[in-house]
Amino acid sequence: MSETASEQPRQQLKLMSRSTYLKEAALKNLFLLCATMAVAGVVLIFLFVGWRGWPVFAEVGLGRFLGGREWLPTEGLFGILPLLVGSLVVTLGALALGAPLAIGAAVFLSEIAPPRVRAVVRPAVELLAGVPSVVYGFFGLLVIRPVVADLTGGLGFGPLTAWLILAIMIVPTIATLTEDALGSVPDGIREASYAMGATTWQTIWRVLLPAAKIGIIDAVILGMGRAIGETMAVLMVVGNAPVFFRGLGKPISTLTSQIVMDMPYASGTHRTALFGLAIILFLISMGLVALVRGLSRLREESR
Amino acid sequence: MKRDAKNVTNAVALTVFWIAGLTTVVVLGAVIGYVFVNGIGRISLEFIFTNPHGVNAEGGIWPTIVATLYVTGLAMLIVTPVAVLAAVYLAEYAVQGRLVRTIRFAADTLASVPSIVMGLFGLALFVESMGFGFSVISGALALSFLMLPIVMRTTEEAIRAVPKYIRWGSYGLGASKWQTVSRVVLPAAAPRIITGIILAAGRAVGETAVVIFTMGTMINLPVLPTDPGRSMTVHLYQLAMEGINMPAAFGTALLLMAMVLAFNLSARWLLRRNRRMQG
Repeated sequence: MSETASEQPRQQLKLMSRSTYLKEAALKNLFLLCATMAVAGVVLIFLFVGWRGWPVFAEVGLGRFLGGREWLPTEGLFGILPLLVGSLVVTLGALALGAPLAIGAAVFLSEIAPPRVRAVVRPAVELLAGVPSVVYGFFGLLVIRPVVADLTGGLGFGPLTAWLILAIMIVPTIATLTEDALGSVPDGIREASYAMGATTWQTIWRVLLPAAKIGIIDAVILGMGRAIGETMAVLMVVGNAPVFFRGLGKPISTLTSQIVMDMPYASGTHRTALFGLAIILFLISMGLVALVRGLSRLREESR
Repeated sequence: MKRDAKNVTNAVALTVFWIAGLTTVVVLGAVIGYVFVNGIGRISLEFIFTNPHGVNAEGGIWPTIVATLYVTGLAMLIVTPVAVLAAVYLAEYAVQGRLVRTIRFAADTLASVPSIVMGLFGLALFVESMGFGFSVISGALALSFLMLPIVMRTTEEAIRAVPKYIRWGSYGLGASKWQTVSRVVLPAAAPRIITGIILAAGRAVGETAVVIFTMGTMINLPVLPTDPGRSMTVHLYQLAMEGINMPAAFGTALLLMAMVLAFNLSARWLLRRNRRMQG
């Protein structure tokens, strides 16, 4: 692609009339402008969410915001630690359940499934990505929550219900990317393994998964980003109590759910603090993307 | 002996992988089946085409359907030209370098921004600073940022999939770069580009956290882009959390699922038909 881009203008310069050249140059710059809209979007989000949220560091104080152990807006306490821990608990639990399921499904699709089965399972995985998060939340609220309530006592609002729902929601992200990673492992490696008498499982475990390792790590990191940022489904089942994790069936709250719960009535410093939460979320998700890019650059250099 | 152990392990492992693969189908079936069985009794022309009324939102959900399609359609109109031309730049014009890396990093970041952050961004910029208020246009603008990286990526892939010799043919006939892109490359890539746009629209239809803070929660039949409205997702969220009118919640969930599935399946169908036509 880059060769067409670098060769074209130089060769055409002399063949084009001046007006055509100017038109082509103008169009190219218009396209460039469109492409920079993605950058503009990131900058605008950073500016506007930051602009609204930044004062929280002055009004509440950096230490009492990031390190505060209590979120009690009515008493002017805006410590995000319980919410941060809540987000981490929910995310890590969902990853522990969802990542093996997703990687298993990806291996199944890539290595094991007969074509006819694959033709059913792959669309199913893709459609799981299309189900709106509010529908997952609705399903979790009415179907999974009662089951969890029987297991843990209480009403079933809490981390366990959120884990189960989120585990399903991150499956498409992780499975699709893992399948891509497995697909990029050359067939010769598989054939070499089978030729040495390895079983399918030995080939998967000792050869394919190690070969696709970095791609799978990328997939899990992006699944983690999806889980941390997920809002509606978590909000509907997690119980929304801004306290530290106390048990599988005890309500907690996350960064995302707290924003939606409080936003409709928040004002003043409270509102600023909610934008502050959004800044934290934005930085986390951006950090995860940067991590994935860093990893892939590492991989290219090691080649 | 050793050989047996190896084969037993293999059989157990393969069974586990089968279970993992089939779990996804079972879960999808359970979610769809549950919503369908509970919601189908509620669906009627009256439910679709009348307004909700009363404290328990009895009656239909027509204004929320209109608001959802309105905001999605508007977002598509906004995002399509920008995203397609941006992809044209990346695939046809750009030279690898710092600028392109920055654009790709920004697109990836945009794609992973949590939807609630996008919602607060829309609230701060479009609703408050630009003064659009809670409105369809605020919602559409915020959603277009959500859709931008999706449409950009699928369009770029579509353009790159167009064989090079087609371009050479065009240049050989004396066409300029823009003539080649607009009359040869884009038409050849069109089916896959449209697929990407439809998939992004499906995302927008199912989005809640963005529209709740940009379009508002008021049940209102939006006419002008500056009117507020309540999307189907927000309606479902409110009904489910208040627990006042579960039949209507199921009905809304079913219509929402049907809409999202229709978007996804039509995109898949389009892609398959295109593949078959190309042989």
